[in-house]
Amino acid sequence: MLALAGCSTDEPATSASGPPAADAGTGEQSKFFVRSDYEAELAMLGATATGPAGKPWEQVLNPSTVDTASFKKAGPHKICFSNAALNNPWRQVGFKTMQAEVETHRDQISEFVHVDAEGKDQKQIADINDLLGRGCDALIISPNTTATLTPAVEAACRTGVPVVVFDRGVETTCPVTYINPIGGYGFGHVGAEFVAQKVKPGGKVLALRILPGVDVLETRWSAAKLVFDRAKVDVVGVEFTDGDPAKTKKIVDDYLQRHGTIDGVWMDAGAVAVAAVEAFQDAGKPVPPINGEDQLDFLRLWKDEGLTAIAPTYPTYQWRTPVIAALRILDGKPVSAPWKLPQPTITQENLDDYLDPQMPPLHYAMCGCTGLPGYPQRWK
Amino acid sequence: MSALSVVARRPVPGVYVALVLTAVIGWLVVALRGGALFNQATIVSLLHVAAGLGLVAVGQTLVILGGSLDLSVAYVVSLSTLVAAETMNGGNGALLPGVLLALAVSAGVGLLNGLLIARARVNAFIATLGVGLLLKGYLDSGYDGPAGSTSPGLVQTLGYQRIGPVPVSFVVMLAVAAAAWLTLSRTRFGHHLVAVGGDPEVARLSGVRTDRVLVAAHVLCSLCAGLAGVYLAARLGSGAPRVGTEGLYDLESIAAVVIGGTALAGGRGGVAGTVGGVLLLAGIDAIFNQLELDAFAKQVVRGVVIIGAVAVYARRAVRKGRW
Amino acid sequence: MVDTLRGRLPRVRAGGPLPILAILGVLLVLVAIRQPDFLAPASLMSFLGRSAPIILLAAGQYFVIVSGEFDLSVGSLVTAEVVIAARLIDGEPARTWPVVALVLASAAFVGLVNGLITTWLRVPSFITTLGMLLILVGAVYLWSDGSPKGELSEQFRRFGRRAVEGVPVLGRVPYALLVVLVLGGLAVMLMRSDFGRTLIAVGDNARAAELSGVRSGRARTIAFVLSGGAAGAAAILLGGYSGVSFQAGSGLEFTAITAVVLGGVALGGGRGSVAGAMLGALTLELLFALMNFSGVSGTVRPAVQGAIILLAVAVTAARSPSR
Repeated sequence: MLALAGCSTDEPATSASGPPAADAGTGEQSKFFVRSDYEAELAMLGATATGPAGKPWEQVLNPSTVDTASFKKAGPHKICFSNAALNNPWRQVGFKTMQAEVETHRDQISEFVHVDAEGKDQKQIADINDLLGRGCDALIISPNTTATLTPAVEAACRTGVPVVVFDRGVETTCPVTYINPIGGYGFGHVGAEFVAQKVKPGGKVLALRILPGVDVLETRWSAAKLVFDRAKVDVVGVEFTDGDPAKTKKIVDDYLQRHGTIDGVWMDAGAVAVAAVEAFQDAGKPVPPINGEDQLDFLRLWKDEGLTAIAPTYPTYQWRTPVIAALRILDGKPVSAPWKLPQPTITQENLDDYLDPQMPPLHYAMCGCTGLPGYPQRWK
Repeated sequence: MSALSVVARRPVPGVYVALVLTAVIGWLVVALRGGALFNQATIVSLLHVAAGLGLVAVGQTLVILGGSLDLSVAYVVSLSTLVAAETMNGGNGALLPGVLLALAVSAGVGLLNGLLIARARVNAFIATLGVGLLLKGYLDSGYDGPAGSTSPGLVQTLGYQRIGPVPVSFVVMLAVAAAAWLTLSRTRFGHHLVAVGGDPEVARLSGVRTDRVLVAAHVLCSLCAGLAGVYLAARLGSGAPRVGTEGLYDLESIAAVVIGGTALAGGRGGVAGTVGGVLLLAGIDAIFNQLELDAFAKQVVRGVVIIGAVAVYARRAVRKGRW
Repeated sequence: MVDTLRGRLPRVRAGGPLPILAILGVLLVLVAIRQPDFLAPASLMSFLGRSAPIILLAAGQYFVIVSGEFDLSVGSLVTAEVVIAARLIDGEPARTWPVVALVLASAAFVGLVNGLITTWLRVPSFITTLGMLLILVGAVYLWSDGSPKGELSEQFRRFGRRAVEGVPVLGRVPYALLVVLVLGGLAVMLMRSDFGRTLIAVGDNARAAELSGVRSGRARTIAFVLSGGAAGAAAILLGGYSGVSFQAGSGLEFTAITAVVLGGVALGGGRGSVAGAMLGALTLELLFALMNFSGVSGTVRPAVQGAIILLAVAVTAARSPSR
């Protein structure tokens, strides 16, 4: 039962990360800022995706295909998934979408193994190692932290199993492909451009962030800083809310008191957008231009209150793509690497398309899940 | 009252009975579902998880035995990964300085904890919570993500090397636990620590310098957390400012200690039980992974296990705890 | 009130509300310099209203701490109750009052369970409530499938979000403030009653209290029920203030304990007043507001908070005889 090997090691090779860059205005850029990535993402915002129309989770921006013939294998397959966490509504909606996607491939997938790392790097490294011993035909990884999960992903690649990474990336190109939407710079840029346009130069903008040190969120702020510095708006505060609506309301309340008015609000994630809007309402002040995300509570408030708002998205439909990619790879069909998904923005014009009255308030509209088995009950 | 007899009275704590039962039941349930709980990959993963938590928990055992407590360990772990990885900066040349500096910084935090508790007479809960917040402020404002790069030599050895299915890090953890056991049972400091935890007043009257003993225990506790940080830096390849808090090393280490039969009030228990508690928690992790059960259900199980274990110990012990 | 206690129980010392009033005064002056219009009735009322939940939690935590125990479960209890309320109400105004009653009753029941496990099974309350914290969070995530469901009705949210309009001089008086005034007044009266004296005596020296005929287990269990009930009330106000989320109560147990300690209440029991605890909560909230007004970077805040806690407690510890 217990296979005793000799002295052995799972040690990975190390790799280096990109250099940081500095910028003026709202302060120094974080070390997550990579100008070439930033420029590439901004260029992609205007690019046209290739792939089946109406199925953005199968589309690719700037495709560059790789050959996967060496991974071709007869089905049905055992597909394993090491998940960073399931601890917020975004990941819940995404994971349910992924499970539904797996269900549509029941003929090709005999077993789908899911392991939740509960937001712990150390556990995810152990989880990946554990999965490698369980005879998976393909391994999907959603890393908890980019830098610290890189060694474990490299170790997984070396076993020869096809690895697909999505959401947050890793600092290695060893996985067969890396799937994510355009990314944090695109998200941050779209929201900040909107707010900056609506606010006059010198206007007061409050930036609300969830927490420091998460690369997806850091890149959003990096891009927003550049926009605000260029537009010469006055960023009166950059505050961390921990995703706590009560804390958010207190912060907005105090900033309103301190500055009299706030002319625009930028957020790096939509989780507390509703709380921020409520803070203005409760203080009896008009709600300034604001960005949220595609969560339905915010979209409904936007519609009902006639807010001046925009919702860049980090679509949860990206959870469908790794399953599709893994099956293509096991079929020996070429896939794009990296696989950049389109990242739609919800604006005043298309807002009504995303308002689904039957879904719960914390559901993410951009799930691409309306045609999947179990809709809508599975997501309720 | 001989402290040695107190430690030796329960050579095999009940936690090992629970551990064996959990393993057997887990193996059966997993086997029924067509899996194998004791495959090499799962064992390796389990022992890695146990190594990190174990190092912290052994240190936590020392302060709890002395009637104190350390809520700052999670931040010490994070700080230590950063100090180690930034000092090493990707080269093997600074491997030893990196490790030593990380341990020294950790010991410094322990000294601060100890002085606040023993000299300034701040309650241990508040003192270590406050120091933890100070460290959190430093980590949050100083780092916006992983930093530094661990020596490849350390990554290859402490991080990933193993002897059969047993990672080197787990052996290191066992060695630290054995050293702590020897310290507690064979040295004057160990006897004094248990005496201070049992009744500080009596200990003082019988000539124990309680302040010094407590400060030393806190330094040792932080050193253990620092060592866990060095191990995690080796595992992750870089320093990580939130690895300690994400890993919940503060509450989990306390949980492991009390599941292992050490009284939270101090004076009773030992590291052997703590190692058992760590293995039990890691074992529950492994079983839930194999069965793909919800992590939230695991939280409920953990909560019940913690309360249940301590209730069982409390039934056995006649003396009542302070908390 | 404290003076009468001092008269009856000569061993109870320090912990009066004077030091916290001084700190509160200093902070008020600093805020007034930084943000003069903060002291205008409108903003002061809104500040008091939004501080209501944490003041209630501090009062609840006070009962537990003064009896010599801990309640670490209140934060996750608040989260659990908010999530439960949202799912049960599901936007239906008619369900508001039954759900309010259910929230209060179920929260008090959780307190009762905490109390019984602590007193009957003799599990240290730190462990009981740590286990309960895990169980509550895990159970509520499991029950709601990982993401809060349903919606709070506007009628439910009114308690934490709306105010009595058009009051002379004050303008609008938040319902939350009225709730705090009533419940806070009741808490002060309770501590002046026989029960209050019993609770302090139990926390000061449980064995001595028992020898003089006090049923210490019962008193401590009631303290846990009060803490649970306060968490239920806080959940209603907090859910009303900010809506439903899994973050609703996260970390509030440490905030409440910090507030209580800041208010001059000794961990370990027997010293301090409930008014001091509530003032401690208000002081903490004012400190956070001051940091917002002064533009202290969000990442440095934990450090400021940690330093102030350590300082306040060290000063208090230096003033009072050691235990």
